[in-house]
Amino acid sequence: MNRRMGLYLAAGALALPLIAFPAFAQGAVGTEWRWLTFTVFAAIIGMTMFVTYIAAKRVKSAADFYTAGGGVSGLQNGWAIAGDYLSAASFLGIAGLISLYGYDGFMYSVGWLVAYITVLLVIAEPCRNIGKYTLADILAYRNDPKKVRVVGAISVITVSTFYLTAQMVGGGVLVKTLIGIDYEISVIVVGTLMLGYVLFGGMVATTWVQIIKAVLLVTASILLVMFVWMPYGFSLPAFLQAAVGDAKVQAQVATLLGDASKNMTPAELGQRFLEPGLLFKAPIDQISLGMALVFGTAGLPHILMRFFTVPTAQEARKSVIWAMAIIGGFYVLTLFLGLGAAMNVGAANIRAVDAGGNMAAPLLAQFVGGGPDSFMGNLFLAFVAAVAFATIVAVVAGLVLAAASAMAHDLYVGVIRSEHVTPQEQVKAARIATVIVGAMAIAIGIAAKGQNVAHLVALAFAVAASANFPCVLLTLYWKRCNTGGIMAGMVIGTLTAIGLVLVSPNMTYPKAIKAAAQKVVDGAPARLAALNDALASGDAARVARAEKDKAGLEKAVAAAQANLEKFKNDNTSLVGLEEPLFGLKNPGLISIPLGFLAVILGSLLYRDKRAEDMWDELYVRQNTGILAAKAHAH
Amino acid sequence: MSTAALAGAAGQRAPLNWVAIDADPRFQSLHQKKVRFLAGLMIFSVAFYFLLPIGAAYFPQLFSVKVWGPLNVGILFALSEFVVAWAIAYYYARRANREFDAMARELIADAENIGRQS
Repeated sequence: MNRRMGLYLAAGALALPLIAFPAFAQGAVGTEWRWLTFTVFAAIIGMTMFVTYIAAKRVKSAADFYTAGGGVSGLQNGWAIAGDYLSAASFLGIAGLISLYGYDGFMYSVGWLVAYITVLLVIAEPCRNIGKYTLADILAYRNDPKKVRVVGAISVITVSTFYLTAQMVGGGVLVKTLIGIDYEISVIVVGTLMLGYVLFGGMVATTWVQIIKAVLLVTASILLVMFVWMPYGFSLPAFLQAAVGDAKVQAQVATLLGDASKNMTPAELGQRFLEPGLLFKAPIDQISLGMALVFGTAGLPHILMRFFTVPTAQEARKSVIWAMAIIGGFYVLTLFLGLGAAMNVGAANIRAVDAGGNMAAPLLAQFVGGGPDSFMGNLFLAFVAAVAFATIVAVVAGLVLAAASAMAHDLYVGVIRSEHVTPQEQVKAARIATVIVGAMAIAIGIAAKGQNVAHLVALAFAVAASANFPCVLLTLYWKRCNTGGIMAGMVIGTLTAIGLVLVSPNMTYPKAIKAAAQKVVDGAPARLAALNDALASGDAARVARAEKDKAGLEKAVAAAQANLEKFKNDNTSLVGLEEPLFGLKNPGLISIPLGFLAVILGSLLYRDKRAEDMWDELYVRQNTGILAAKAHAH
Repeated sequence: MSTAALAGAAGQRAPLNWVAIDADPRFQSLHQKKVRFLAGLMIFSVAFYFLLPIGAAYFPQLFSVKVWGPLNVGILFALSEFVVAWAIAYYYARRANREFDAMARELIADAENIGRQS
């Protein structure tokens, strides 16, 4: 039955883009090249569907569904972790940030790799040694299972939902920008495909989809970098020299710096692109975000879950090493992708397609292939677009599996049924939960259309770092940690992180927007007069500059008036504030220490004999892998 | 199958004496070496990482010093973060593969006897 349903689903998913044909708007791909894009998309989707079909036969038990039966090798898991982690935000987003802001974009990428040191040193192996399917399994080992499963599952579902929403909305926008399919249809296509992989192939299919996607992503990046770097004989200084000497790069720096750039020579402007400060203005915010990344990754449920798929702690270790090699190598490549896009495509052209810079890598692909009118250019663009699409589907699949396992394994089997279920019921519960989470992901994706969800990824990391990470770390390494600490840490960590974001500058503050817009409108006549003087001056250079400034001014005034109109009747943010109560965009700096403090105080104030009695067993097992290793040898 | 087999295997065998294993000098030695090593490496890696955003924010002149053509201290430092992260991973894996794993294997092999001689 499964097989036939899988085929129907595959046919349906492949047909969806075809139904979507009449719904085209304008995308980055020219209309006459759409057939090429769809051929490449169909090839990649077909490959993942085939893998799911094979995998579906192997998924029989709950262990197969949640953890691929623990039969994934370290190398495979390393690629799958990279596939899980390199989301569209990090692949397209960081290349885009570097193409627009130079150095700051590259600096941003470092934290994403350093995060894996935490995973490698303190999380991966102990979790493999004592865990089973979910994050809450680790917490339930020596604490009151029902209580910690409830708070653990809620936190996992919260983190996954934030991350999922960002992926679904980002993915919908991305597919629309790239190939012009309607937003709603792209969300449904992504959701349906992902549901197909997870529902039929469980963790086996999810792992392989992630591996395929990671291999494609790395291949595409290496190819692009080869093309961009080759003209400079693979010399780093020569490549950088070309970047800082490029007129488009210098123009972008002049735009970013505004009046401050007036006395700078072109060479100084170009060099400035490789210096810090073009994007990040608040150092404390940077440090706060860094903390959320470095400690949050180790608390991300879909990353933790990957360590239950390998047979031993040694394989878990090997998989993090591989993941670090792949992820780190990839981020080094983004430096070349970003700078290559900045000088070959140009920031102005990148921003014309997408203001956030997300189209830098795809546009660079089109350029190196020969440009918008060439076959190779469009083939490259189609390939990068298809990889970006596969990226979203693979990341979403991992997230849905993590959320579904918390729902089915922790809440239903662990709490509602008190572990009294047959193996068949377990698999059934897992599949039903998958459908619920998948349907929820599609519904949220459509409902959140047009919302600014970029900060939701940072929020997911902040909750993971403030709630999940302190709880997992202290239950593994601190003898006195107990049920009271886990409950307090999960609740306070999650609530502080979310609460601080709700009152932070991330939210929309109509009053501030209106004040800024009013200032632009009020100041416009004086500036216009000055520009008109310049236009009348007769000096060719001054006239040219004034004409450009005048066009910019008119645009700014129009945008300001639109904002004044949009927020005419609004004065407060979502939670009723006129201005932010809390100055940081990322809550990590405050919420992570608070999360740790909550676990410590909660544990000290609570008496829990079981947690103390079980300590020796947990500590010996997490350090040595006794029983885990034995079971494997049998 | 290993995770499913694990619960069954643990149930059939006589329970291990965890308190005695924890107190065993070999385990204590493993635990002390590991904790010291991991804590040191963790503190170093976090401190080294935060030097980057702190340096970029408070010492931009230093980051702007050109070393080789347009290549400046800032870019070299950011690249060094990658190299250091990989070096830490390699260093940890080497020590764990050679030392910690061997100590753990010895304990696993002897686990059923620890605390049962008398």
